[in-house]
Amino acid sequence: MAPSLHFLLFSALKVVIVTVVLLTIVAYTVYVERKVCAFIQDRIGPNRTGPLGLLQPLADAVKAFLKEDFVPGHVRRAYFWLAPAIVMIPSLVTIAVIPFGSVLGREPMVLADLNIGVLFTFAVVSLGVYGIVLAGYAANSKYPFMGGIRSSAQVISYEVAMGLSVVPVFLLTGNLNLGALVEYQSGGLFGWMIFKQPLAFLIFVVAAFAETNRLPFDMPEAEQELAGGYNVEYGSIKFAMFFLAEYANMVAASAMIVTLFLGGWSLPFLGLNQPAATWFAGLIHIGVFLGKMFAVLLVFIWLRWMLPRFRYDQLMDLGWKRFVPLALANVALTAIVLWLQAP
Amino acid sequence: MSSQLEQFIPVLMLGAFAVIVTVGMLLLSVVLGRRGRNSRMKNIAYECGMIPIGPSNVRLSVKFYLVAMLFILFDIEVVFLYPWAVIYRELLAEPAMKNVALISMVSFLGILFAGYLYAVKKGAFDWKD
Repeated sequence: MAPSLHFLLFSALKVVIVTVVLLTIVAYTVYVERKVCAFIQDRIGPNRTGPLGLLQPLADAVKAFLKEDFVPGHVRRAYFWLAPAIVMIPSLVTIAVIPFGSVLGREPMVLADLNIGVLFTFAVVSLGVYGIVLAGYAANSKYPFMGGIRSSAQVISYEVAMGLSVVPVFLLTGNLNLGALVEYQSGGLFGWMIFKQPLAFLIFVVAAFAETNRLPFDMPEAEQELAGGYNVEYGSIKFAMFFLAEYANMVAASAMIVTLFLGGWSLPFLGLNQPAATWFAGLIHIGVFLGKMFAVLLVFIWLRWMLPRFRYDQLMDLGWKRFVPLALANVALTAIVLWLQAP
Repeated sequence: MSSQLEQFIPVLMLGAFAVIVTVGMLLLSVVLGRRGRNSRMKNIAYECGMIPIGPSNVRLSVKFYLVAMLFILFDIEVVFLYPWAVIYRELLAEPAMKNVALISMVSFLGILFAGYLYAVKKGAFDWKD
């Protein structure tokens, strides 16, 4: 049986809208980051373009497009062009399985309701590391090379901890589908995974910081040592794409944290813990999801300006020697507790 | 087409759209970007203004390869855990499978942990010389 026209049409519509909204959120996350950073450092921040500098993302985009698209002579050309694309595409595809609302009318508010949900996200997120390694290799110069290598080692190290940390969550729900996970958490405030699996939450959040190369884990960029890391040789829109991808990954990580641990679109009061019956409730659910996501994003930004950078050996220590055994213990503990509870 | 495969159509659409956006951005920049003059210095690798010395592909610590190998090992173990995690509660509900579900996986975790301890004792995760 061929998929219905209705399904195809609405899927295409949702894909376009979600991508555009994502890119807008990404652009304004950059703006918010600059404003928050300015506030913390007792500065004003961008305030020239439009009221409160609200048109700054637009101005940045125009600038990135109008700059000379320069390819230095010493780079490996094909890879040099490929790398930003490989970083950018997975960062946009990650959000496919995240339920950003319950239902609107009769349309489920998720792009693809895959039964492998979280595995898909991990798979796509892992693809991003290829782009970073490739960027480091393509630039054929020392700083990008070091940045690329550091970044790949860091990202894959924390991927192990990240993958292990969510296993207890799925022990509880017995389903990898993220929509089912949100429904599982919608029972009440203490049904949220953050209260049921606080250790998993902690490991996942820290690993998410490392995966997105955010401070305190921003060794790959380390301005003071590598002058920017893997994107040193890039300019114009290619540089902007690395930048966009980094923030898109941050948005996706926040969305994952909200979905996995903070109850997704549900709120435990006002009857908002059930799939929406009306259009209005559906819109509220999307609002709740975005609100939670922005709160997590704000924590990402806030921590960046509060914490110093780790040393590389400390970073690897934390990932492999602390988080991996902790996450393993958490898996075993959760399994044993469930076994004891079973009739 | 089964409905399970049908679920992947939006993913393909999203992938295609992401490719279009990305390629579009790259092309737009080629069209819109202003042309600058080329010079010898402009083509030199950026090292904070210094002229680069020596080959650009610096040697890197063998540790990075070790991390990559350990990653492959551990990540595969993690993937093995997912199917077990999904059906664990169903298995617990069946009296015959209850103990098997726990013991088989905890022993698997135990073996995994033994291997992990070996790697730790060998100093695979020590980055200080």
